[in-house]
Amino acid sequence: MRVELVEIKKYFGPVRANDGISLTLEPGTIHGLLGENGAGKTTLMKCLSGYQAPDGGSIKVDGQPVAFDSPAEAIQRGIGMLHQDPLDFPQMRVLDNFLLAFDRRMLPDRRRGQATLRELGARFQFDLDPDAEVTSLTIGERQQLEILRLLALDAQVIVLDEPTTGISAPQKVQLFETLHRLAEEEGRSVVFVSHKLEEVEELCHRVTVLRRGKVTGEAEMPYPVDRLVEMMFGRSLPPAECLPVEPGPVVLQLEGGTIPSYRLTVEGVNLQVRAGEVIGLAGLEGSGQRLFLRACAGLERVTSGRILVDGRALTHAPYRRFLEAGVAYMPAGRLEEGLVGGLTLTEHFTLAERKGPLFIDWEAARKRASKRIRHFNIVGQPESPVEALSGGNQQRLLLALLPPRPRLLLMEHPTRGLDVESANWMWQQLLARREEGTAIVFISADLDELLERSDRIVVFYGGRMTTLEARDATVEQLGYLIAGKEAT
Amino acid sequence: MSLGLIIHFIERIVKWLMPTWLRAWLANIVLSLSPILLALLFTTLILVAVGAPPLEAYRNILSGAFESPAKIADVVAACVPLILCGVGMSITFTAGQWNVGVEGQIILGAIFATWVARNLPWPQAPLLALMLLAGILGGALWGMLAGLLKIYGKVHEIFGGLGLNYVAQGLAIWLIFNPWKPADGATMSGTDLFQDPAWMPHLGNLRVSPLAVILALTVVVMAYILLRGTRWGLELKAMGKNFRSAFLLGVPSTPRLLTAFAVCGALAGLAGAIRCSARYRRMIPQISGGQGYLSLLVALLASYRPQWVPFIVLFFAAVGVGSPRLELNMHLDSSLGGVLEGAVVLAVILVNGWRALLARRQARQSIGAGLMPAPKEELA
Repeated sequence: MRVELVEIKKYFGPVRANDGISLTLEPGTIHGLLGENGAGKTTLMKCLSGYQAPDGGSIKVDGQPVAFDSPAEAIQRGIGMLHQDPLDFPQMRVLDNFLLAFDRRMLPDRRRGQATLRELGARFQFDLDPDAEVTSLTIGERQQLEILRLLALDAQVIVLDEPTTGISAPQKVQLFETLHRLAEEEGRSVVFVSHKLEEVEELCHRVTVLRRGKVTGEAEMPYPVDRLVEMMFGRSLPPAECLPVEPGPVVLQLEGGTIPSYRLTVEGVNLQVRAGEVIGLAGLEGSGQRLFLRACAGLERVTSGRILVDGRALTHAPYRRFLEAGVAYMPAGRLEEGLVGGLTLTEHFTLAERKGPLFIDWEAARKRASKRIRHFNIVGQPESPVEALSGGNQQRLLLALLPPRPRLLLMEHPTRGLDVESANWMWQQLLARREEGTAIVFISADLDELLERSDRIVVFYGGRMTTLEARDATVEQLGYLIAGKEAT
Repeated sequence: MSLGLIIHFIERIVKWLMPTWLRAWLANIVLSLSPILLALLFTTLILVAVGAPPLEAYRNILSGAFESPAKIADVVAACVPLILCGVGMSITFTAGQWNVGVEGQIILGAIFATWVARNLPWPQAPLLALMLLAGILGGALWGMLAGLLKIYGKVHEIFGGLGLNYVAQGLAIWLIFNPWKPADGATMSGTDLFQDPAWMPHLGNLRVSPLAVILALTVVVMAYILLRGTRWGLELKAMGKNFRSAFLLGVPSTPRLLTAFAVCGALAGLAGAIRCSARYRRMIPQISGGQGYLSLLVALLASYRPQWVPFIVLFFAAVGVGSPRLELNMHLDSSLGGVLEGAVVLAVILVNGWRALLARRQARQSIGAGLMPAPKEELA
């Protein structure tokens, strides 16, 4: 079965997640879909598998245009997807999960289901106990269950979205063997969505690289890695001038911390940040940088080691203690976790003051709000609800809501989605604070920004941290480290 | 000609005839009234289906509620506990909590007040004051329990509240059938009547207590001020709209949640104390009488705004007091009043859903019309 995606477009508000992407999936091949996070890979695959409808473009199966209203319709035409997080029912048994997809009748034939599950499992040496509860399975095993489910439904095109995150090394070897058999022996096509160059190199026959919603390159494997890096991250600019550092006292100190999470554990966290320093955190999404940043704000549990702010140990302290110690955290999701939709700008400023008399003098609050709105160049009125602001102005508001002189400023993607001018303005503001002695730690996916603005860069890959001096680093070097390869 | 074309044509004429502000104002009124019209339409259809003259039925409900000062007094008296609970629920809803434990909080308030009434031989003024305070305390404690279960036990407040309602109901029945049973044996009709000083004074011969009405209206004003003018109200509002953002902005969520539950419980407990002191003059097993669940609908219809609660309550109270008349005069079951109330609630929720859908569609159209900014320029 041959599947063509033609000029697929998918917009989320102002974000062009897919901006006219075309690609062809041939039977019998493993097709890699490569790109950094936010490049549009998952969006494209969700369009293909009927999870969401594209806003433009068409999908053709063996030359015939098709449109899917739901994943069920896509799987009927033989297209199935394995999502990044397994879409199973953890409270139910393996067999019940399998039957849910396999046998949709009022009274499913459990015996036939069990036989099919065993037979399919034996074919790929998947050792799944039909009576086990899914909660007791590892992520790799849950993935195997999903693959068997798709095979039982006779999927000809199998999409795997970042399937190697969170599975063990032997499971990965087994997964790759399975994918090879599915493509080469059974003639199915496999789409392997990943940001890991090494795996794509090892597994795929063909690769399509996406960047910011567009196709930036297609290649038959094997193909030079440096060219792939360039397609993923864009052409490198000459390194920008470094700003002088005048290090003050140590503001943040992490000593041998371990930050565990469901997917990933960040281990051996050791870092010292001095007043006035800017530390950039690089890495593909889900590599541990966000866990790290949130742990610095007391929002993630740290199981060992210590966190000190201004010399005071705050290791297991709640978020509010960090706030009181002068730590400010600026999340990436503006309307999800930064601002409160439905509240006005004045209400936000009043909330962010945190202390004050019980009764609010709204007239005075309004005046204070207008002053800060002017000062931070926000296009909006004190009475406007925050959701009426544009993304850039919401970002400015987030900055305006921070306390006046934080000791430590933790930021996720401070300039994501901003135009060049707004991004420059944002950095002017941040650098002004840095001169007042604020230490800044920020996450960014923009390599140029990381190189240009940081004193040091910490690269995260699979929970491992590598620290480099920003002045000595290049975009290429950073790109390699982010994709988990040592620079050669 | 299709319906769409007709609507379009009417729109054009309306646009030509009226200024924008007038149109917005009218549209708002029509939209606000439409649930009531829908509900009346639905109830009328049911009445026609059972062969009863609809107009006469509505006339009976109205006259049953308002024909005499005594009836009006009954309606006003019925409003009091609903206002208290409706305002309380508006507060917990503002904080994003479905405090369905109000029933239990009413019962606990009544239990605490009854204990005071049975055990303290005091003169009327201090006794009543203490009964009301005890009711407030009982309800607040029961409300906080739901909050504690939510915060420290990770029990969703709906399940916690429902569970606590059953516990409270069981406690009330145990008290009535054991330590508080009347000398001539326990029945479902409750305890003995309270001593005279524990009766809230009525207005002349009317079955309404002016003190209770004043309390209820004071609570409305106070809640309005609390939610509108204080930091506490602002913080609750922020938590209700986006818990994560509020937390990250530094709102101390645990104490705020607990106080919201406590305030709602206190108002429900006050309602319980008033019901046993002013209405039944004893403790009965059904002291909450479904007021808690009814007030949930009240708070939803009032969009969690205390200042609207009395008006919505007036409707529910009038239908409640007026509909027994259907049985007397028309041999219809008085539960028809409940059908009318339920239909109004459903229609309001339905119309609100449509409005939200309409707003979303308009927003999407405006994005399609070229508001979408071009993507960031690629670095060449």
